[in-house]
Order: sequence, then C-alpha cells, then structure tokens
Amino acid sequence: MGAGHGHRLHFHGHSVVHRAPAHLKILLLLGFVLTVVATPREWYPVFGAYLAVLLGVVLLAQVPLGYLLPRMVVEVPFLVFAALMPLVAEGPRVVVPVGGWELSLSESGLLGAWGLVAKGTLGVLASLTLAATTEPADVLRGLQRLRMPDLLVQIMGFMIRYLDVVTSDLGRMVTAMRSRGVDPRSPRHWPALARTLGALFVRSYERGERVHLAMLSRGYDGKLPEAVQ
Amino acid sequence: MHVPDGFLDAPTSVATGVVAAAGVGVALRKARAELDDRTAPMAGLVAAFVFAGQMINFPVGAGTSGHLLGGALAAVLVGPWTGALCISVVLLVQSLFMADGGLTALGTNITLMGLVGVFVGYGAFRLALAVLPRKLGSVPLAAALGAFVSVPAAATVFSVLFAIGGTADIATGKVFAAMVGWHLVIGLGEAVITGLVVSAVVASRPDLVHGARGLAGRRPLLAGEVVA
Repeated sequence: MGAGHGHRLHFHGHSVVHRAPAHLKILLLLGFVLTVVATPREWYPVFGAYLAVLLGVVLLAQVPLGYLLPRMVVEVPFLVFAALMPLVAEGPRVVVPVGGWELSLSESGLLGAWGLVAKGTLGVLASLTLAATTEPADVLRGLQRLRMPDLLVQIMGFMIRYLDVVTSDLGRMVTAMRSRGVDPRSPRHWPALARTLGALFVRSYERGERVHLAMLSRGYDGKLPEAVQ
Repeated sequence: MHVPDGFLDAPTSVATGVVAAAGVGVALRKARAELDDRTAPMAGLVAAFVFAGQMINFPVGAGTSGHLLGGALAAVLVGPWTGALCISVVLLVQSLFMADGGLTALGTNITLMGLVGVFVGYGAFRLALAVLPRKLGSVPLAAALGAFVSVPAAATVFSVLFAIGGTADIATGKVFAAMVGWHLVIGLGEAVITGLVVSAVVASRPDLVHGARGLAGRRPLLAGEVVA
C-alpha cells in the first residue's frame, strides 16, 4: 500500500503530556470543554484563564503553535456564522461606523458571536492538543479503560487502521479520473464520480470480508487480543 | 457541518449526549444481530468508506461548497442500524482525532447525522420503495429521495435544538428558514450523488445493497459453451 500509516495530527514527542495516560487525558479534555461550554460568556477574564491553561499544556507538550494553528481551519465555517450573528440577531442595536458606513449591530448578537468564537476556539485547540500528543492506539486503549463498549472500540480501531488505505484508494481513483479530463467537483461529471464512489464502496466492503476471513484464520473469537506494546 | 463546542448550551449538549449514547447502544446490538462477528471489520471498513466519501466536495452556490453527509447512503447500502453505527463512529473519530466537531457537541452531531439523518433517510427510502414499481431500478431513485429528505430533516432538528439550547438570540423562525432553506440545496446535491452511487453499486453488486434485498432476484447460473 503506498499509504503512510502515520496519523495526520499526531506530533511525535516524549513530553509529560505525551506520556500521560490516555484515559486521563480524555477525561481532562471532556471536563475542560464541558466547563468551558457551561461558563457564562460574560465572564470575560475566565476565558483568558482557560486560554492560559491550555497554552501552558501546549507549551508543556512541546508542540509548536505553528503546528496547531493551521489545523484550526476546521473551525472556519462557524467563524463565518459567528460573524453573521450580530447582523441577524434580535434585541437592542448599537451603531458602529465602518469606513463611512454605519453598521447596525445587535448587542445580544455581538455577545453571542463572542461566546461562539471563544468557546469554539478553546474547544478546537483543546481537542487538537489531545490529537497531537496521543497516538491513536493509545486513545483507543484509553476509551477501553473508560468502559466504552468493546465492539465500538474495535470498529473505531478498524476504521482508523484502514482510513489511509481507503482514502488513498479514492485518491488514486480521483487521480486517474483527473488524468482523463474529469473534474470531480463539477456536477457535469457527477456520474463518473458516483461510479468511482460505488467502486470504492464495493472495494471497501470486500476488503472488510477479506480482513474478517484473515482474522478468523488467526483465531478471532469476537475479541481482539491485547495489543503488545 | 459539524456543530462545534459552545453552539448549544451545556444542558442541551448533555441531553443530546444521552440520546446519542442510547441510540448507539441499540445500533450496536442490532448491527451485531445482522453481522455477528463480522461487525467490527465490516463496520470499520464501511466507516472508512463514509469518511472518504465525505472528502468529496460539491459546489452549493455563492462560492461555498457542501460535502456528502452519507447518512441515507450508508443506510441504503448496509442497512439502517449498521449505517447509524458507521456514521456515529465517523463522527467519533473526527471529533477525537481531527478536532472536527466539538467533544461536547458529539452527542448533538451523532443525534443529528447518525440517528435523524440515517433513520429519516431510510424511512423515506422505504416509503418511496413501497410506492415505486417493485424492481431493481427503483432502488437508486428511492435512495435519492431518502437522501434529499434526510438533510433538511437533520437541519430541522438542529433548529429545534437551537431554539431550546441555542446560545444566540436569533428568532427561531429565522434560524429555521435559513437552516432548512440552505440544506434543501445541499439535500439536492446529496440526493443526486446518493442516487448515482447506489445505482453504480446496484449495477455491479446488487447483492451487497441492503435496500435492494428481495428485489435483486435470483440470477440463474448459466452453464454452457462459450464460443470465443
């Protein structure tokens, strides 16, 4: 398989944060984001404190911020939503002069936008920190220790294991399409794209069947053996 | 598409988390009944397929693009329970490993896309199939209809959740109109792609399509001389 089995977000390291047990990190992350979400958005200084704590952990993990920041683009669609909020929300309005124009913004909308941006950004940065400092296999073991159903952990494990195989399968198909003059984004070429996805489904499904048979021949009985470190 | 942290307040997030956990629990049991010990590798591979499918973007207009959600597609291809399980696993992995969709919003995302998207899509698919002529060619059409209905349905439930636990003071009617209007357009793209993908699989491996069971008919084994 021409695919790397690396993990897109993982940043290799040996810091305290990297070595901390995964189940603790998951619990801390969940506790942190729940606290952030439950904090009233008018408590401005508290969000500064959250950010300081988070940046402290990132510093401790020795993951460069330049590595994390570009990966925060997943948040962009919601920043757009947040930017629109002061324009469409109800309630009393404030008039802000913007380059000769007067923009009428809703106060509650501004507050809502601030809450969204602050909480969303803290959440994304915290999740990125977990992903950057924890190997996928460790996250899975952590979830297992947190009593997540074994079958669910196994399904996640298989998905992660074959993610790069399946996505690079698709990548090769798209490359083949492009080299024949097909633009996968254009609706005109959707029939070709759909046949590609159909073929990808059949391939993935059949790969699943082969993997299952291979597992059976190695004594699979519904439980995976403990991974040896 | 994925709801981030802080979009809905904490009580609503916890409540949808409970709904999602219950739904995934039932889906786990039902999927195991359907796939027995093949569940882990099969659901894992189908989840990887759904993830890959979501990487395909299509233009929605105004310079923005939407991507395939795949709820109805997964339901028609592998059945609603396995499909819901696969979509939920995709969302779990995206949230934990890719920071896509907040961890506190995971319950909301699973409820919207994994449960509402899959089951509304599958319900509409079944209804359409009951009305359309009983033949293999109806399956892609019904799948497209299911996909079309599933996207605005998820958007409607989101509007309801936002009215209950939203963190912004926007009139519910406005949110509803914007969300559903926008998602009707995305639903069109979803419908066309879902229908075409299902038709491609039906053409090559009708036996793999869960929604086509009983329609594929038995293909007689042909034996005879091949004259080359």
